[in-house]
Amino acid sequence: MIELNNVSKFFGDKQVLFDINTEFIEGKVNLIIGRSGSGKTVLMKCLVGLLSPEEGTVLYNNRNFHHLASAEQQKLRAEMGMVFQGSALFDSMTIHENVMFPLDMFTNLSNEEKLDRVNFCLQRVDLENVNRLYPAELSGGMKKRAAIARAIACNPKYLFCDEPNSGLDPKTSLVIDELIIDITHEFGITTVVNTHDLNSVITIGETISFIYEGHLEWRGDKDNVLTSDNENLNNFIFAQPLTQRLRQTL
Amino acid sequence: MIEHFFITVGDYFIFLKKVFSKPDKWNIFFKKLIFEMDAMGVGSMLIVSIVSLAMGSVITMQTAMQIESSWIPSWTVGFVSRTSIVMELCPTIISLLLVGNLGSRITAEIGSMRVTEQIDALEVMGINPASYLVLPKIVASVIVNPVLIIFSIFFAIVGGYATIAMTGCVTTYDFMDGLTYCFRVYDVVYALVKTFFFAFVMSSVASFYGYKIDGGALELGKANTQGIVVSSFIILILNVLITQIML
Repeated sequence: MIELNNVSKFFGDKQVLFDINTEFIEGKVNLIIGRSGSGKTVLMKCLVGLLSPEEGTVLYNNRNFHHLASAEQQKLRAEMGMVFQGSALFDSMTIHENVMFPLDMFTNLSNEEKLDRVNFCLQRVDLENVNRLYPAELSGGMKKRAAIARAIACNPKYLFCDEPNSGLDPKTSLVIDELIIDITHEFGITTVVNTHDLNSVITIGETISFIYEGHLEWRGDKDNVLTSDNENLNNFIFAQPLTQRLRQTL
Repeated sequence: MIEHFFITVGDYFIFLKKVFSKPDKWNIFFKKLIFEMDAMGVGSMLIVSIVSLAMGSVITMQTAMQIESSWIPSWTVGFVSRTSIVMELCPTIISLLLVGNLGSRITAEIGSMRVTEQIDALEVMGINPASYLVLPKIVASVIVNPVLIIFSIFFAIVGGYATIAMTGCVTTYDFMDGLTYCFRVYDVVYALVKTFFFAFVMSSVASFYGYKIDGGALELGKANTQGIVVSSFIILILNVLITQIML
């Protein structure tokens, strides 16, 4: 489990996160939702240690990430996998090498074992026959799946996905969502997903934290997100004409 | 302006501290080192040899033209050309050329990795990106650049010799005589020491400007230009300092 206690983040004089208190539950897909610029990505960067919050704590099973010694932090980071918004695959490496990379860096497996693991991960995300291709030769959806394969290569305990559906068509988005929830349940990972994709919210949001202008405005799950009486959440969820029509039917 | 200068210098040394930490895996470091040495060395060989041939040819012609006097022995052409080529032209001009060639490649490569979050991905994995990405480039450049300068000196002298053979302004015998007259190994050592420092500046400054990019494609272009200008400026200052110390 990951717990955030009173997390605040400042950039100079500007405060972008205000006393965030929430938790992300083990074996579940935990969503952070909110409008663009609400502070979702900053919050995720604080979670994975790319940014340090000025106030508050981030606890990974009671280990305070930002107060760990660097060797301990490195150990904890080896338990994390992350899928970036733009996939962040290493473009000088083939897909095979990308997935192999964390295994080369953090394991002492034999070449055969590593090869088996790479093939397993790529098959798990339905990517076959692309081993020798470079990221630039793949479509957006394939890149996201390759990034997921790389993220799960070392059996992470924590999986972070920053807007995994951005730039994808609705059908491919569904595939990615299904993959994330399947992998989370299959391996018992604590998954945290940043999204503003409404379809993801109502299909994979086992816990949902809604961030509004840097404040944690609402916490719940996919079953009550559509029936909340929080005005800011409703303005976010029912912003589009299609969802407004859906609201009328509820 | 002055405050910004000191902040940048401080950031550069903090960056170097991160770069010079123990690699996470030595076998991967050596693999990357070999790759970088190949890319830098083989990739620059053609341009270095062409520029050196032309440079050797021109400096020999200019020297021959300037000392057309019966009072000055004709082997002076070879002697002056060799001294200019070994001590100044090849180490400094070729190093400046490599700043434009290799330095801009390094800034663009690391900068685009920063822009596309590949460096963040390394950091989240628990890898020190500065050491993983930059250390092999710095080590490769301080190994490869002196070798390139040796080749450059060779090609420049070949260029000079070919010019003398084709124009006949002095005999090739006199030219060769001048080339070997009062030859000091120390001159070559001086050239290689200079190149070593120039290579370090080129690769570390170029990496620093790529690594600290905050933004998109526009910033990448800006960082590339800044990297080249700052490296060239430091190289010119170092050139004066090293010459003062060593000669």
